Formats: sequence, C-alpha cells, structure tokens
Amino acid sequence: MKPIIVDQVEELLNNFKDKPIYLHLETTNGAYAAHRNEGMMTVSAFIRNGKIQFSHGKITGSHPYRVGLKLEDGWVYAQGLTDWEVTSDGQILLAGHDSEGRIAISLQLSEKPFN
Amino acid sequence: MKENHVLVVFPHPDDESFGPGGTIAEYTQSGIPVTYACLTLGEMGRNMGTPPFANRETLPLLRKEELADACAILGINDLRMLGYRDKTVEFEDEDKVIASIKEIINEIKPSLIITHYPGHGVHPDHDATGHATVEAVRQLPVAERPTVHCMAITKERERVLGKPDVVKDVSETMDTKIAAIKAHRSQTEAIFKQSSNQKVNLRNWLTEEQFWTYRF
Repeated sequence: MKPIIVDQVEELLNNFKDKPIYLHLETTNGAYAAHRNEGMMTVSAFIRNGKIQFSHGKITGSHPYRVGLKLEDGWVYAQGLTDWEVTSDGQILLAGHDSEGRIAISLQLSEKPFN
Repeated sequence: MKENHVLVVFPHPDDESFGPGGTIAEYTQSGIPVTYACLTLGEMGRNMGTPPFANRETLPLLRKEELADACAILGINDLRMLGYRDKTVEFEDEDKVIASIKEIINEIKPSLIITHYPGHGVHPDHDATGHATVEAVRQLPVAERPTVHCMAITKERERVLGKPDVVKDVSETMDTKIAAIKAHRSQTEAIFKQSSNQKVNLRNWLTEEQFWTYRF
C-alpha cells in the first residue's frame, strides 16, 4: 500500500457510485488492548461483504484522511485512513496504519464479493 | 511419559511458535510426530509493516506461507488448516468446530494435545479453540482421552488455576523456537527490531513454557 493521494482516491471512489457494491469496513485496537493496558477497552468491529449503494463519495482531511459515502438511507464513514491500493480486480483498498505499521482501520470497496 | 503423537490446536499462525514452540521442537527432534490443527489464517492480523508490505486481502496468503515455513522449522510435517476465519471462531456452530477437532483426534490418536486453556486465552479465538478442543476430548471414553496441556495467558491465571503443573526450560531448542517465530515475518519482524535490553527480556520470557494439565 502507498500513502493516499486524494484526487486519485476520490476519482476511484466515484467509479463505484450508483451501483451495488461490496463493502469491507473494519476498525480495531487489537485483541490484547485491555490485556496490555488496563485503562483501555478492547474494541473492534468489522463488516465484510456488506452490500451497499452510494450516491456520492468524498475524501477529506490531510493525512490521516476521512471518507464518507452517502447511501440512500444513511452513511458509511471511516476516519484515520493513511494508505491505499487498487487491486488488479479494481477493488479499492484504504487502510489506516499507526506509526508501528499496525492496521487500525480499513475501508474497502469491490464490485465482486471479497474472498 | 514418552509421547507417541502430539496434536497442537491453535487458531492463529504464530500461536504455535510463540506458545509451545520450544516444546514442539523438543518432541519433533526426538522423533515424536506433531500434527498442528490451525483453525484460521490470521486474516485479521494487524501488523502490516512500515511501509506496509501487505493489505487485508493479501495478508492471509502471506501468513499461509509463513505458517508452512514455521512448521518446517519446528519439524511439524502434518499441518491441517481448518479454514475458519480469524475473529469468528467463537461465533461458529460450536458442535461443528468440536466435531472437526474430534475427527483429527480420532484419526491420529494423539497421546498429548496442546491448546489454550478455555477462559484464559485473552483473545476470543483462543478461548473458543481451547473450549472446542477440551470438549472434543471430553466426548471420548475416559480411557481413550489423551493428556491435554493448556496454555493460559490471562493476568489472573495463577490465582484462578493455581501454578502451572508443567514448566519447561526450552533453552535447548530456543534457537529453533526463535527461528520459527521469525518465520512469521509479517507479524513478528517489529519485535526483533527492539533494543538489545528488550531482546534479553524477550529471550528470558520465551525460555520458560508453562502448561496447565486440564482436569476433566
């Protein structure tokens, strides 16, 4: 993955608009968060291959970035995104890595289900 | 007791190396076959490197290769990948998970099983895997049950379970254990970039392997 380039990401996001697409959205502070630091709560959530359709998508902020996708009846939102990649299948993969290279958030869109 | 076949059951590639890596190497180096049932491919692992060398979609393939490399180093020549998904083991149909482990037990008839102590794994996948393994053994006739050695990593483990009854100094196989840990490059590279002081602590921590024999 490479550091996010805003214009390119936004253009690609909008290639997905107005059609049914598969979403992977994930956020985590690691399964051992509370084990290592008792003041912390272990939290994580992920949805894989959730099916959505959005009317427009935007990327804002300046490293890390935020992405919002406007759905007919709601929103998809992700904060803390730093890196991106487009796969040979045209999937867009966005992720937020901390200073030690650990993934903390990921937002991915695909026309076909993720494996 | 000299084991005839050891079965190791863990959910994530690298659990086998960080946990009982030295013990596994001791068994394989003395000619005792070790089978590893690894439930997931660690699809949700967090370490992606700086700069990132993997993404969410490529990580499982990478970790599959690393798992094979680590098993080769530890001398495990029977690796079973059970095909569950990282972070979801506890939500699977429990009976099916138990049955999939029981099938392997019935096939290879291990004299010893190594897994996580249910309720003392910290990671929900660890607890679900330990629970399913213990339940699979419980379903066997008493006379046919292998010994089960559990790893416990919660902070309250000794308060709840007492002292571990099996404590091994694995200095003899430490180099193999560290090589196996390093084979899980994507997840462990950062650990070995620590200061030499931290490395001494790491080595000391890795030298002692503790197990609690499960009492049915």
